[in-house]
Amino acid sequence: MTRAKIYIVPKKDVLDPQGKVVKKALTSLGFSGIKDLRIGKYIDVVMDQNPGQKLNDKVKSMCEKLLANEVIEDYFFEIEGE
Amino acid sequence: MARLYSNQLWTLSGIDRMDEIKVTEKLALDEGLTSSEYKLILDILGRTPTYTELGMFMSMWSEHCSYKSSRYHLKKLPQTGKCVIQGPGENAGVIDIGDGCALIFKIESHNHPSFVEPYQGAATGVGGIIRDIFTMGARPLAILDSLKFGPLNNPQNRYIFSGVISGIAGYGNCIGIPTIGGDIYFEECYSYNPLVNVFCLGVAPSEKIFYGKATGTGNLVVYIGAKTGKDGIHGASLLASAEFDEKSLEMKPTVQVGDPFSEKMLMEACLELMDKNLIIGIQDMGAAGLTCSICEMSSRGNVGMDVDISLVPLREKNMSPYEIMLSESQERMLLVISENNKDAVFDILEKWELDAVIMGKVTADGLINIKMNGKSVVNLPALPMADEAPSYQRPSKKPLYLDNLPVFDIDKFEFNDDIDSVVSKFLSSPEICSKSFVYSQYDHMVRTNTVALPGIYDASAIRIKGTDKIVGMSVDCNPIYCYLDPEKGAKIAVAECARNLATSGFKPLAITNCLNFGNPEDPEVMWQFINSVDSIAEACRIFDTPVTGGNVSFYNETKGEGIFPTPVIGMVGISKSSNKLNSISFKNPGDLIIVLGKTKPELGGSFYLKLIHNIAALPIPAIDLEKEKRLIDLVMDLTEKKLIESAHDISEGGLLIAALESSFASDNNLGFELKIKDPDRSPNIFLFSESQGRILVTIKSDNLSKLQEFCIKHSYHFESIGEVVSGCVSIEYKGKKIYNRINSDLKKSWEDTIPEIMNS
Amino acid sequence: MKFGVVVFPGSNCDHDAFYSVKSVIKQDVEFIWHKEKKIGHLDCIILPGGFSYGDYLRTGSIARFAPVMNSISDYAENGGLLVGICNGFQILTELKLLPGALLMNSTLRFICKHVHIKAENAETPFTNKIREGQILKIPIAHKEGNYFISPEELDKLEKNRCIVFKYCDENGKIIDSANPNGSLDNIAGICNEKRNILGMMPHPERAMEDVLGSSDGKIIFESIVDFIRNR
Repeated sequence: MTRAKIYIVPKKDVLDPQGKVVKKALTSLGFSGIKDLRIGKYIDVVMDQNPGQKLNDKVKSMCEKLLANEVIEDYFFEIEGE
Repeated sequence: MARLYSNQLWTLSGIDRMDEIKVTEKLALDEGLTSSEYKLILDILGRTPTYTELGMFMSMWSEHCSYKSSRYHLKKLPQTGKCVIQGPGENAGVIDIGDGCALIFKIESHNHPSFVEPYQGAATGVGGIIRDIFTMGARPLAILDSLKFGPLNNPQNRYIFSGVISGIAGYGNCIGIPTIGGDIYFEECYSYNPLVNVFCLGVAPSEKIFYGKATGTGNLVVYIGAKTGKDGIHGASLLASAEFDEKSLEMKPTVQVGDPFSEKMLMEACLELMDKNLIIGIQDMGAAGLTCSICEMSSRGNVGMDVDISLVPLREKNMSPYEIMLSESQERMLLVISENNKDAVFDILEKWELDAVIMGKVTADGLINIKMNGKSVVNLPALPMADEAPSYQRPSKKPLYLDNLPVFDIDKFEFNDDIDSVVSKFLSSPEICSKSFVYSQYDHMVRTNTVALPGIYDASAIRIKGTDKIVGMSVDCNPIYCYLDPEKGAKIAVAECARNLATSGFKPLAITNCLNFGNPEDPEVMWQFINSVDSIAEACRIFDTPVTGGNVSFYNETKGEGIFPTPVIGMVGISKSSNKLNSISFKNPGDLIIVLGKTKPELGGSFYLKLIHNIAALPIPAIDLEKEKRLIDLVMDLTEKKLIESAHDISEGGLLIAALESSFASDNNLGFELKIKDPDRSPNIFLFSESQGRILVTIKSDNLSKLQEFCIKHSYHFESIGEVVSGCVSIEYKGKKIYNRINSDLKKSWEDTIPEIMNS
Repeated sequence: MKFGVVVFPGSNCDHDAFYSVKSVIKQDVEFIWHKEKKIGHLDCIILPGGFSYGDYLRTGSIARFAPVMNSISDYAENGGLLVGICNGFQILTELKLLPGALLMNSTLRFICKHVHIKAENAETPFTNKIREGQILKIPIAHKEGNYFISPEELDKLEKNRCIVFKYCDENGKIIDSANPNGSLDNIAGICNEKRNILGMMPHPERAMEDVLGSSDGKIIFESIVDFIRNR
């Protein structure tokens, strides 16, 4: 069994309206020193397959096909063997 | 054990220090200018432009910004009229509707971006047109959308359809402007070239319109709104001015992301500044961003500007002057204010939590002088940039395909259809079925002005609180007609809008248009364009509906395949609230069903031929504009005299579909009985013909003779074809019932069509 | 008597609520800016619908920290009438002035249409002119209207008769097909135990005049006016 921890984030150059507003809100609540804040998604997937290149390719394909909108989002993932 | 993997981060072509690039003719040609355009720039400047200056010319002289292929022909459109306060040339058109009220409205396209990223492309399209309206001084009060997609049996088209609807909803709902109507078509030619045309309308005091004009030497130039990032650089020139090919399909990151919350704050701030008379000139930053606002505002006011772009709030570090000037980051405006009002202005901007900076001054010399970090990067005259872009009379040639179109011989055709399966096919086609899947995603009720709910009236309508006025709106264009017969098709688009308005109870006043075509460098496309414009001009003269502005979208082609000519018309009209509006829904059993107008054997270009027989053939229905005008006058008379129970324009699908729609809209499960009188022709001709100039009305049976009087007065043919009944739908032909169904069953299948397709 | 309508950055239905009170039920009303530290004497405060702070992060999650919300919480603590409509309801749950939470609609899409709701409790300041079981036709317009609450809290809600409105069909039947967003038990509106705070997803301020499709919302405002008069 393997757990893929997938992170989907807005691309670097792309505007993140949510992040902009939440950064401002945190600052106004008294949390100083916040330079940047971007909001994405965390997707947790458990699969009945062992870690390895085949699994990485599979997760990459899942990201490219469905989980990330590569026009405006980047993805990265971590693999944890269980 | 954790391992980290990521996809490649796409970066814009490796140019970092764009301001140091030496400009040559080759570079100019690579950037998309023609040789003669480059020579013209050299003449204007008397020297080689800087890279930033080249970029500015390229954007301002792009098709999207300069209308270089269309300007010459657009002059033929009637642009003046007694109600016109502002015609084409400003951010939106303005008409006077009396009692100190003005309507500000326009339609704009955001086509290519909606193919690249459907949600954001559509969302930013909505954002852009909203800014065009409030920049003139009106609170935007209604949005309509005219959408064209590829057939929904293709998953890519479903993706685009879903994304576009969500994008329009996401932006419009968040900013609190109701999207109250529109039209949708599905045709193969739109598969790689969806069309997203968004219409917006607002109301302003007619004495208080604001213009995109900079005046007054020494006045301050103020940037307000979102920070500037690298969004959409080359958007105007790339996406709207060139076809897509394999290479450009990879250039995705140039799409802008909309922030409707930001725009809501921007809009409220601007409206407050205007209310307090603190603004001299104002323009939004849309296509070609800061470049366009600075050049157009200066050119209109016959002034220049000294501007320091190191002061522009930036979202990215180390942006070059080129990138700052051409960025299409959304939700930004440029203001011109007086020094005296500076504090009051900034107080209001602070209240609405907007970034704002005084970035320059208005000057008298007509020159745009831009500095960055103390260094001059741009020094050029405003007028040639904004007003003296090349204007091309491109060659045109009648398309070959027009002479080779199939012709439908209605007399020889064997109508073997079983009406059951025809109706079933119609109701389960996305073109004809209920669109509630779409409009229920739009908040169409916010601001409590929507007096014509979607699906119940032919036109969309909002009331103007504090007055007795109701504003009617309609957007339309049947692309099949326009493909088969560009000249007649464009006339029908205008007539259809006028009919929709009059049927609902509105007097047509003026139009805006969004002309969507293929590659203007193709003489056949140019021919389609020129003929469409000529037809619109003729129709507008006859209906007395001047063109107050609009948009031209060329290059809607991918890999050489272009769209059908699609000249979308957005028409507005007015009614008094004391006049009841006419809904399409049947009201009472026993009401007579009347067709105003003659049903002729006209199936060319019809939905019947398309959906049932997969044919697109000539001749499309005849259009007689003078007759349409008489129909408008007739139905307005009948409305005023309160003779109408329901009224519904007969268009796509023909008479039977119109009757079914009136039945489905009724509150109490009302159906109808139709009697087809012509025994010599197939009933399908009567039921599905798309003859123009027809309205399906129902009246109380007592009012038949009064209706007859008005029809005689306007020399208009009418025919009594049946009556409203409860619960079922039936058709009698030659004394026999050839169709008999329970209308609630039919309604269910009509309602379920798109949800079933989208949930599959 | 005086009503107040709070305006957050991004509120849209503040104007509609204001118009309903001023022009339809003809009572005094003022806007309350989100930054106000103090509020004057008010008889009823409305947290209107809209997209405060763009609905970013979670709907209502940022608006609840607006400076004015301290005074408003105190006002509610002291028994002042407080009505949260749509986004207003979401803000009240974020503030924990009402229990539960509003999740995304089960259809995952925004829905704008007229629905029917049934008055489950006609003995609140907001429903005293309505008959128990009376059906009202009122529009909804939301993407996050799916009311959720834990089973223990739902029990409390029911025992204390805090469920004020439920989605029903036009005949009053509380069934799945009449539930537009997947809300638990078709819950459309609730009140607190003290009965001075109401949260509802449907928009009564959009159902004040027949020309807009229904005037059934008026009775809620009229109930409030009656309650204030007789207090």
